[in-house]
Amino acid sequence: MKRTQSSNRLVQWIDDRLPIFSYADQNVIAYPTPKNLNYWWNYGSIAGILLVIMLVTGIFLAMNYQPHAAVAFASVERIVRDVNYGWLLRYLHMNGASMFFIVVYIHMFRGLYFGSYKAPREILWMVGVTIYVAMMATAFMGYVLPWGQMSFWGATVITNLFSAIPLVGDYIVTWIWGGFSVDVPTINRFFVWHYLLPMILVMLVVIHLWALHVHKSSNPLGIDIKTPQDMMPFHPFYTIKDLYGLGLFMIVFLYFVFFQPNFFGEADNYIPANPMVTPPHILPEWYFLPFYAILRAVPDKLGGVVVMFAGVLILYVLPWLDTSKVRSATFRPIFKQLFWIFVADCLLLGWLGARPAEGIYLVLSRLATAYYFVHFMVLLPLVGKLEKPKPLPSSIYEEVAKKCRAKED
Amino acid sequence: MTDNPTNTPEDVDGPRRDFLLISTTTLGVAGVTLAAWPFIHSINPAKDVLALASTEVDLSSIEVGQAVTVLWRGKPVFIRHRTEEEIKAAEDVDINELRDPQSDADRIQRPEWLVTVGVCTHLGCIPSGQSLGDKRGDFGGWFCPCHGSHYDTSGRIRKGPAPFNLRVPPYVFTDDTNIVIG
Repeated sequence: MKRTQSSNRLVQWIDDRLPIFSYADQNVIAYPTPKNLNYWWNYGSIAGILLVIMLVTGIFLAMNYQPHAAVAFASVERIVRDVNYGWLLRYLHMNGASMFFIVVYIHMFRGLYFGSYKAPREILWMVGVTIYVAMMATAFMGYVLPWGQMSFWGATVITNLFSAIPLVGDYIVTWIWGGFSVDVPTINRFFVWHYLLPMILVMLVVIHLWALHVHKSSNPLGIDIKTPQDMMPFHPFYTIKDLYGLGLFMIVFLYFVFFQPNFFGEADNYIPANPMVTPPHILPEWYFLPFYAILRAVPDKLGGVVVMFAGVLILYVLPWLDTSKVRSATFRPIFKQLFWIFVADCLLLGWLGARPAEGIYLVLSRLATAYYFVHFMVLLPLVGKLEKPKPLPSSIYEEVAKKCRAKED
Repeated sequence: MTDNPTNTPEDVDGPRRDFLLISTTTLGVAGVTLAAWPFIHSINPAKDVLALASTEVDLSSIEVGQAVTVLWRGKPVFIRHRTEEEIKAAEDVDINELRDPQSDADRIQRPEWLVTVGVCTHLGCIPSGQSLGDKRGDFGGWFCPCHGSHYDTSGRIRKGPAPFNLRVPPYVFTDDTNIVIG
């Protein structure tokens, strides 16, 4: 174990007993980071900071929220109208959820483009997928808490997915509800889960970072770190780059918070939950729409649920579906095109998820769903074998040096 | 820019970097501090709580010698319609011998009506003495059962561990028989 470099005797005394100072130095300050990370590598730290923002706003919201079906809606309105700065806390939390998904999606697509999931970072990737799944569960249950029409019917529809399970489906749904419909016990336990899951998320993030720090960050060239010259200390180079990106991100985030706080929401969720009336046009939050489109594309209840969950879970085996040894799409001409087609396919699915499930939309949904799985199960294994990658640079250091010389000239 | 990765802040230009570091850190700390205020303030009493912060009481049905307890801001307020003897006992005390010196006149608006917050100033229990059969302590006012504080007919602490007299809440007489507390 490396000793702390500090000459302060108190720091040395503490570090000898609890090595927090040398730990911080190794993992944050001197932490060796590839020299060539671009701005797509900012989104991990932004996601981490958003998690903290969500936790803090959530804790303070919980101090005024009442998880009871009779008063939940009114308690949220009271937060917005009567609690000091309650409107700010709620809109930070509400828009923070959407921002969290935007940031995590960019973070994931960055991983897909630059092959960050490949050896030796498979477990790092799988922990990340677990974080994503936990985030979806947390977001879903959080959306139920304001107890508006969309909350109630979203909860009804999503929990009913489990009724597709053969034989025991109905019992499981009753068990999840704690009754025979989404009601008082449901909102109470959803509140508990919504508060508990973020704590589990924090632990998952720690594991994610632990795995990350073993082989260090991947990089845009996708080649291994070979010499110390390939790296820079994290501080101040990447702390300041992360902070700059964070500043730009906060401008966008706070624009929505202050000027368009309900942009990502549904107007129907400002109508108190009514178990007697379903809104005519019910749809989930935007970040679930691609999977919602997949669910509706399959003309079978159990089949739709299975395919939809498969759409998420297939990410776990992605490191073994992509057979190419080359990580970065920069050196994979065919994969690069397939990547962008895949991005377009996901966006198309998201758009279709918000359309009615009929006519041309249904046809397109089926095609886009089929392509989604073909990309993972057919194209990735095949292209990895057939494609001829471009020659890889010999080192990160040389490539960075070449770019700098080109800039100077 | 250069290929050489060994540039350290010191040998580029120290003072300029020091200025940037200090000003960035200062701005960051100031920003976070300002951002903390909405969170801290959010757990202060909300507007609906403040809106319920006053209580109106009709005194006309309280006979001489009787007392009522009303709820104000979640706490009991004692309103005692004092008898002549009680008023005299309260006025005759030499205030120099009191722990929390205060004359009776400073604690009332009309001598027959004593209005105090019914929370012992020791550790927050409710003293007894509102009903006629209650223990009223050695000075005929109130007696706190928790740790034995004795209050007189002006609600002043006379004996026991409490440091201060029973608090007098802000109130106004809207007419002869109605008061608004808070």
